[in-house]
Amino acid sequence: MVNFIKEFSKGLIKENPTFGLLLGMCPTLAVTTAAVNGLGMGLATAAVLTASNLLISIIRNVVPNKIRIPIYVVVIATFVTIVDMVMEAFVPDLHQVLGLFIPLIVVNCIILQRAEAFASQNGILDSIADGLGMGLGFTGALTLLGGIREILGAGSLFGIKLFGEGFQPMLIMILTPGGLMTLGLLIALLNYLRMRRTA
Amino acid sequence: MEQSKLRMSSSPHQHARENTSRIMLEVLMALVPAATLAVFFFGLRALGLMLVAVVAAVATEALLQKLSGRPVTIRDYSAAVTGLLVAFGVPAGLPLWIVAIGAAIAIAIGKQVFGGLGNNPFNPALVGRAVLLASWPAQMTTWVAPFTFLTSATPLGGGARPAYSTLFLGAVPGSLGETSALALLVGGLYLIWRGIIDWRIPVGFVGTVAVFSAVFGGDPLFHVLAGSLLLGAFFMATDPVTSPMTSWGRLIMGVGCGLITAIIRLWGGYPEGVTYAILIMNAFTPLIDRYVRPVRFGAARK
Repeated sequence: MVNFIKEFSKGLIKENPTFGLLLGMCPTLAVTTAAVNGLGMGLATAAVLTASNLLISIIRNVVPNKIRIPIYVVVIATFVTIVDMVMEAFVPDLHQVLGLFIPLIVVNCIILQRAEAFASQNGILDSIADGLGMGLGFTGALTLLGGIREILGAGSLFGIKLFGEGFQPMLIMILTPGGLMTLGLLIALLNYLRMRRTA
Repeated sequence: MEQSKLRMSSSPHQHARENTSRIMLEVLMALVPAATLAVFFFGLRALGLMLVAVVAAVATEALLQKLSGRPVTIRDYSAAVTGLLVAFGVPAGLPLWIVAIGAAIAIAIGKQVFGGLGNNPFNPALVGRAVLLASWPAQMTTWVAPFTFLTSATPLGGGARPAYSTLFLGAVPGSLGETSALALLVGGLYLIWRGIIDWRIPVGFVGTVAVFSAVFGGDPLFHVLAGSLLLGAFFMATDPVTSPMTSWGRLIMGVGCGLITAIIRLWGGYPEGVTYAILIMNAFTPLIDRYVRPVRFGAARK
């Protein structure tokens, strides 16, 4: 159980896939124009990540080493297709906004990296913990980015207007440069906090 | 600390009684004619915008340097120059808080995140202007006519084409500091005479725009006098930090800026391209410096 918590918690802050490992930058920059988009994308990725970690951990001893990557991709693609269909059925609006980026979870490097680096070498429970932790760390990072960009770029948070009529949003924040600037400054802030803790 | 980093050209060097604050003071002096005419044309609003931008830029610089535990170098006036140049690039009717944000972003994102003066890859004032243009496009392109403050289009943006003399003096709608070719020429020639900027960048820049627009059926004199070409050519493309170090490199920088400006003006989606031209060439500056190398002192030319 101690190990479970350890594997779960490392993805949240210390090895956070977005701010620590800098993985999955494409969806990170592309869909975080609003908090709800970041949350939806993060949860979809977390679901795929946990399920694929679980399955790959189960089959890890029967997968031939030379063709392991294609097999992982097939496993991941299966779960992505399921998530894609579920989202289209139950949250069609969000599915519309995220569009192509849901099928693109297949090539999200966080998922393949966790399969390759963790699930293929660890037990089932630990792999689930790793998938959940990394997935929720990714979700948190995307929601934070989306929240900051939505507040500055649209004057709202989760779609709720925060300011009066006089507020003139800073459009660049919901464009690509705003995403890059926010991400860079957040990474700088986290590195600064980390340096202060170790110093 | 920063003063020892001032590098204006490749070696060999000779000691001179120059430092950053002296040079920045001279640049500020060279900007005075344009600032005076801006106040003359656009009234106290122009003065307010300039003051707010300078104060915001200097305050941001001091605050960030204090927070990061570095020496506060606002007395080298470089932040003041950046703030004034941000104000020069906005229309007279812009709300004061927008220009304040622009100046703060110019210093914070354009300069201090890279480590301060001497380390920034892009001209900070233009970074500020580009961010404002992307963030509040409506306010940033609502130009007013001088004296009357009626909303009207700039000459480049499809507005009435004024007489050359009006365009030369600057009584046309446009950004605060860009309208008067006369004032900018006075300031720019002063800087060249004082040896602070290299003539190659403005000559290459303006000359290329003139030749290119003439070849492709434009009016070269109009294209030189209109828009922010002279402001950019004399005061922004020549920024010693973000322009090449060698003579040939500077000529390449000027010609490149001119080409991109003319292409954007003639066929691009924006009426004016000076901001983006200089920012793009800023990105090429390290590459230019890498390929255009001067002959080493004393070495034989092959």
